[in-house]
Amino acid sequence: MTTPSGRRRLVPAFLATDGSAQASRNTLDRLTVLTATTSRVPEGLDPPAHRIAALLSGGALTLAEVAAYVQLPVSVVKVLVSELVDHGHLTVHATLLRSGRRDRQLLERVLSGLRAKL
Amino acid sequence: MVYAPSSSPPDAVYLPDPAQTMAKILVAGAFGVGKTTMIGSLSEIPPLHTEEVMTTVGAAVDRLHDPSGKQTTTVAMDFGRYSLPTQDLVLYLFGAPGQERFRALWEDLAHQALGAVVLVDTLRLEDSFWVMSAVEERQVPYVVAVNSFPRSPRYPVEQLRQALDLDPATPLVTCDARDPEACLRVLIALVDHLLTHCT
Repeated sequence: MTTPSGRRRLVPAFLATDGSAQASRNTLDRLTVLTATTSRVPEGLDPPAHRIAALLSGGALTLAEVAAYVQLPVSVVKVLVSELVDHGHLTVHATLLRSGRRDRQLLERVLSGLRAKL
Repeated sequence: MVYAPSSSPPDAVYLPDPAQTMAKILVAGAFGVGKTTMIGSLSEIPPLHTEEVMTTVGAAVDRLHDPSGKQTTTVAMDFGRYSLPTQDLVLYLFGAPGQERFRALWEDLAHQALGAVVLVDTLRLEDSFWVMSAVEERQVPYVVAVNSFPRSPRYPVEQLRQALDLDPATPLVTCDARDPEACLRVLIALVDHLLTHCT
């Protein structure tokens, strides 16, 4: 089955998660860094979850980047990633720094990093 | 079952090190003000976009205002990646849409953002008012960057500040969103501003 490009996907986003609407962990952010637990893509996953696992078998990406590459909404990817993490297929590496805005040391690092780019 | 992509995304550019610190900066502004251009100027990877599901309220508003009757239920959001290798830091620049109907997306975007660049076109200053209120409401510190379109009128800085009703502490800079160095200077102005107000 093929679909002309430029059309909506055939399966609505909410079905990609098999009907789950809630992520099982609320620590996932757009900037959570994810990697695959093993380089081998696990078998028996649904197509959307498989695509995520296959993508991450190549290296580390943030959740937002995963959503962009697999072309699913961030909310849907959060649910799928949660499940993959729960099943031990993905590892959550780091999440965005909390209250970074009030972290003078971090801001100073950002500033010197930016100045080094000039 | 085929999940047909609307257009093929670029090949994945992986992070060299999963242990880096990530920070989020918003590039906010009205439609057509140059957000995507600025993100493209700075991003080291081809800019990406995520498809965001609109809330029912947003979708209903969309339908009312869209004369074509098209049902817009998703919106594409641009973002880019900007590594600061000397500091083991990666900045992510997220385009934040400047229309009221995208209000719901803002909560998620503004969450834990370091700060925001509010891009402004002097030809359509009033389009920026909602954006400025949106960042202020969520207490995201920001700088205003005037994108110097050749067609847009030039005003003295004081006049612009007054027209935008800008807090005296909020920096106002001029840039060309197509010029990576100019965009970098805007980011420097933003972080300088964040440091000044960091307690």
